[in-house]
Amino acid sequence: MVEEPLVRWDWIGRNWPAIQGLLEDHVVMALVPIVVGLLIALPLGLAGARWRWLYRPTVGVMNVIYSLPSLAVFIVLIPITGLATRATVMVPLTFYALAVLIPAVVDGLTSVPDHVRQSAVAMGFTPLRRLLRVELPIAVPVVLAGLRVATVSSISLVSVGALIGRGGLGYLFIDGWQRQFYTPIVVGIVLVVALAGLADLLLVLAQRLLTPWARARGAA
Amino acid sequence: MNWLIDFFGDLANWSGPEGIPARLLEHLEFAGLSLLLAMLIALPLGLWIGHTGRGALLVVLSANAARALPTLGLLVLIVLLMGVGTIVPVLIPLVALAVPPILVNTYEGIRGVDPDLRDAAYGMGLRGGQVLGRVLVPVALPLILLGLRLAAIQVVATATVAAYVGLGGLGRYIIDGLATKNYPSTIGGAVLVALLALIVQLGFDLVQRIAVSPGVSRRQDIR
Repeated sequence: MVEEPLVRWDWIGRNWPAIQGLLEDHVVMALVPIVVGLLIALPLGLAGARWRWLYRPTVGVMNVIYSLPSLAVFIVLIPITGLATRATVMVPLTFYALAVLIPAVVDGLTSVPDHVRQSAVAMGFTPLRRLLRVELPIAVPVVLAGLRVATVSSISLVSVGALIGRGGLGYLFIDGWQRQFYTPIVVGIVLVVALAGLADLLLVLAQRLLTPWARARGAA
Repeated sequence: MNWLIDFFGDLANWSGPEGIPARLLEHLEFAGLSLLLAMLIALPLGLWIGHTGRGALLVVLSANAARALPTLGLLVLIVLLMGVGTIVPVLIPLVALAVPPILVNTYEGIRGVDPDLRDAAYGMGLRGGQVLGRVLVPVALPLILLGLRLAAIQVVATATVAAYVGLGGLGRYIIDGLATKNYPSTIGGAVLVALLALIVQLGFDLVQRIAVSPGVSRRQDIR
């Protein structure tokens, strides 16, 4: 094997605009599925928490979807959404996000203690206000825990898309492998992990902002 | 559908070193070995941390970071560094993939056991190790099994990328099919991997039904 440094900084400098483009592509392909997934998971999770008989089969279906390998789903989708398009990567990632988020919403809502719900009713909250002002805020920690797992794995999974020609930073892995050149691979790994860490950190901060009572209780 | 018939109907795909049985065995070898290694690392560590409460924050944080590691990137880097003489380069990223879910769920499972239950066990005269083995692990078993299931499914699914660096397994059909524009092979391989993941999922459902105590799974009415 050739003696070669793990990272060649001049390569990074010369290729930074391209890397930046891949980074943007990566962020879009990882985060759009999470946002869409959350928007779908909230109403479905609400329905699942209200009608438990509906929830059981949903979990079964979601478990099956979650167990489908991403590469396999990308490939099966190619005839429908096209080779190397963003949609081919984002559609399966949305389903993975749903598989994590729907149970998280349902668990979050069922974690609301009964006496809290009854107090809200007794105080004259309408069902909608009770949901928005009492139940959803209490569900936030559990939902956000799911959101963190979904976001981090989504960011990591996008790179598999490189095998079908659209993987954001994952392209750097293919590039480095084909040229037997470490630097792009290292850059790709570092950026993916940094991106996931940043997203995770933002979600933790969001949780602190959304659940001020948890901090107050911790301080007391 | 025609592609599937082309692939699965071709008798040449069913025998020899490139046949489906041989590829399936290779796939199971990568996945099984990685899962075994990950269990050897993550189960004792998770039990110990959950039981003693030591180092919990560090472990949860690093497990979350490890979740973010892109398997494909790790794999190509390790293979470039080590070469493909053995299957070790494939095992490292797969183990890294499997450890976090097992570790976090084992830890959460043990930690989440009702403290009253734990106290009751000590009160009945059980010692530390006995409390862990006879009370905490059985009660935490659903979560521990969940972690193992998630890890197993991810490893089975991700072992496909081994083919990208020239190793065997079911991923060969996918990667070779993509490279040669042989769509039946690609789709056939994808379906095989998905089926395998589903079988793993069903297998764990079964294990859960058998191994989890009826009292814990609420299959028996407890007052």
